[in-house]
Amino acid sequence: MRSNNFKKTDVIFSDCQHTDGQKYPILESVLKKKPQDIINEIIDSGLKGRGGAGFPTGLKWKFAAAQEQAEKYVICNADEGEPGTFKDREILLKVPGKVFAGMAICGYCINAKKGYIYLRGEYKFMVPELTKFLNEFHTTIQKMGYDFSIQILMGSGAYVCGEETALMESMEGRRGEPRNKPPFPVIEGFNNKPTVINNVETFVNVAMIQRYGVAEFKKLGTHDSRGTKVFSISGDTSKPGVYELELGMKLSDFVDEYGDGDTKAVQVGGASGFCVPRKKFNETIIGFEGVPTGGSMMLFNSSRSMYNVLSNFIHFFAEESCGQCTPCRVGCQQLVQGIKAVKNGAKDEDYLKKLLKLTESMKLTAKCGLGQSVANSFSSIVTNFKEEMIY
Amino acid sequence: MTEIKEMVKILAEKHGRERGALMPILQAVVEKQNFLSEEAMTEIARQLDISAAQVYGTASFYSFLDIKPRGKYVIRVCKSIIAEMKGKKEILKTLENSLKIKVGQTTPDRMFSLLETNDIGWSDQEPSLLINETPYTNLTSEKIINIIHEYRSKN
Repeated sequence: MRSNNFKKTDVIFSDCQHTDGQKYPILESVLKKKPQDIINEIIDSGLKGRGGAGFPTGLKWKFAAAQEQAEKYVICNADEGEPGTFKDREILLKVPGKVFAGMAICGYCINAKKGYIYLRGEYKFMVPELTKFLNEFHTTIQKMGYDFSIQILMGSGAYVCGEETALMESMEGRRGEPRNKPPFPVIEGFNNKPTVINNVETFVNVAMIQRYGVAEFKKLGTHDSRGTKVFSISGDTSKPGVYELELGMKLSDFVDEYGDGDTKAVQVGGASGFCVPRKKFNETIIGFEGVPTGGSMMLFNSSRSMYNVLSNFIHFFAEESCGQCTPCRVGCQQLVQGIKAVKNGAKDEDYLKKLLKLTESMKLTAKCGLGQSVANSFSSIVTNFKEEMIY
Repeated sequence: MTEIKEMVKILAEKHGRERGALMPILQAVVEKQNFLSEEAMTEIARQLDISAAQVYGTASFYSFLDIKPRGKYVIRVCKSIIAEMKGKKEILKTLENSLKIKVGQTTPDRMFSLLETNDIGWSDQEPSLLINETPYTNLTSEKIINIIHEYRSKN
């Protein structure tokens, strides 16, 4: 039976006529408020970052606002590279105005005059359209007398640049190698200036909170996971696509709706996320209190080899590792060779334990989220589908 | 002044000579020339007053900034797990047969390069690929043969 927490919603794409974005009614009222009040509203709303890591958005803004430097930046992370994710593509194609509005609100709150959208190279096809809407946006806010501009910068096919500090290195014309943290971007970000960097969907949520109010937003989701989430649904499903759902649902309800009746496992959060096997669907909550996700939901039915799934993910990480730190660079290569050796019998099954230990070390010692999160999919697939790794 | 040097100079004037201009300049050269030649990278270094090693170091990091000569149309086939499940292998085989090259190669007439790439953001419509910046999705063998034919007849 479906529990009552599975709800389709329509916040992010609502009024998704482009004309809505052009008028920017949200901005006019927001710019009359005090920045501090807006930040407090965002904190109160409980909004957490939609890129996957889930840092409280309002707090991030508060830290950046407290910095007294003249130059600050707002960055929209549109380097959507997680396997199985494509929701930012739809958001930027359908409601770009809401993204711009969210960025402008951020700029107003932290006192930044300049915003950047770092768009993945794979989405270059949308630049002409985005530029058109951006020009309209600039004209509109100029008329409001508000000084804020947004520029689009392109990535060039490097997954690791989705990591916020790697993204800034890339914007500065360098290799996309993540920096040490601290200092965090809110203190020293792009060009070493205080910077707020948020996911595309996070900015839309900010705009919608300002439009409908904190109270309305808080009606959606759960205590730990406020609001809705845009999910990218793919794999063995009859209706792949982008869907907005309330946070806090049970995975079993999700599978009832989107599965093909024979769902064996769901990979929640992409290659860097967790694999949930059928027997755990009922106890798994999608949200920050359970399994968090940037939105990637890949469904696999019983005809699929989970060894192939894992092998694909590990090859992906080995290729996309920036190579800067040893745990990730060497670890990923060893995992690629290791699972192959177990599969073809060159190593016995105990070797899987060694590989699991290796991913634990990577989790503790890798410099950034890429190397640290390899353990998520590796351990959840190997532990739940051990026999498929061996035979 | 050679054609490449002239082009880099114009790009430096457009994007500026700060280090932050490096990515847009590299991307623009790849767009015009399909790859970054040594001459182009050396000239970019000279214009931005940084070492050629820094330019090469940055360029070689990014999979879309080719430092090997490529064809006029670079085909990048998505190789994500979802693409694999939805028939990427067949699409790749069709392309190899149609273009008479293997993955990683360029046709002798320098028209097409065939590459694989990680998830391009169309998992809801796999199999998919990019030809330069244009995505093609929900591919079938028949569809991809027609697309290649269209590109051929453009030239």
